[in-house]
Amino acid sequence: MQIEGSCPKTQRELIELEFIEHRTKILDIAAFLDRFDRSIEHNANDDFRIKAFREALAALNSSEFGRVERIQMLLSDLSSELRAERDGQSAYGAAKESEQ
Amino acid sequence: MINYIDLHAHMVSRTTDDYHAMALTGCVAVTEPAFWAGYDRVSASAFADYFKHLTEFEPQRAAKYGIQHYTWLCLNPKEGEDRELAREVLAIIPQFLERPNVLGIGEIGLNRVTRNELATFIDHVELALEHNQLIHIHTPHLEDKYKGTKAIVETLASNSRIDPSRVLVDHVEEHTIRMVLEHGFWAGLTLYPMTKVSPGRAIDMLEIYGTERLCVASACDWGPSQPLAIPNCMFEMRRRGHSQQWIHEVVYTNPSRFLSQSPKFKLAPLAQALAD
Repeated sequence: MQIEGSCPKTQRELIELEFIEHRTKILDIAAFLDRFDRSIEHNANDDFRIKAFREALAALNSSEFGRVERIQMLLSDLSSELRAERDGQSAYGAAKESEQ
Repeated sequence: MINYIDLHAHMVSRTTDDYHAMALTGCVAVTEPAFWAGYDRVSASAFADYFKHLTEFEPQRAAKYGIQHYTWLCLNPKEGEDRELAREVLAIIPQFLERPNVLGIGEIGLNRVTRNELATFIDHVELALEHNQLIHIHTPHLEDKYKGTKAIVETLASNSRIDPSRVLVDHVEEHTIRMVLEHGFWAGLTLYPMTKVSPGRAIDMLEIYGTERLCVASACDWGPSQPLAIPNCMFEMRRRGHSQQWIHEVVYTNPSRFLSQSPKFKLAPLAQALAD
């Protein structure tokens, strides 16, 4: 089936081309979570980043198209208020709960 | 070999070997937006030195490898919080705008999406309008991307003097690309490890949204980044099954079309002939 915005590869071709690469990535994520569980001190199970990460993993399992955009939004600050002042130069990768 | 233009490359931070490698892979022109030095500069004179570097030394260094070097001037969004410094830097920018490799004002925008950053962004937009300059926009990183891009797009859309076809909003991702294109702006996909998009995701967005008003760039700088990000992406495009014509449109024709709105942007005859 050819739809607008199609990837020019067939599903079979994509599996041949990219499966191993993404198999590696999913194992890296699993290993990160196992490592997190093995941490010498369990002091960040409620960290806003790890909570957002777990929500993103749940969204990854959806069978509906648009996973990247939905995960991007889960990892975004959805508030519309400008910060009163700069709190540092770097972003964190997920929104703090106070900003959602 | 397909020639390409890297529309966003902080070459001041790169070695001469990088110019060599870029030339070997078909790079014919780079445009270098003014950037953050890794620390907040304390005076406008530091910016004057930087602008001199961007407009004098860097084009000469690039020319030795047959690469045309153009630039954009501003106080980077990471320094936009300091309103007094911003006013001082904005006051010295006009004396550099007539230099032959200056295409416009950039990369302006937001970083942590603060009130002062937005005020500094608006001041830069006014400067660009006053001097009829193209505008190159940085959008924030990670969790700030959506909120910051929305604030930028709404600010520009509310200004009737802005011609969106003369503005490129850079670093778009899956959740911001639509709003940028729907408002008529050009959009940049940045092939930067970790914090921006991979070649695979960039190509996905090009397939989904089409190639019109979309460019790719490396944004290579002093961080972990790849000056050869565009040829790497071209390889992925070919592997994905895209035609030479499609690739050429994305990496050469599109940036050339946007940049040629500045009368100063002229590709050397050799590069033009090779591309034709």
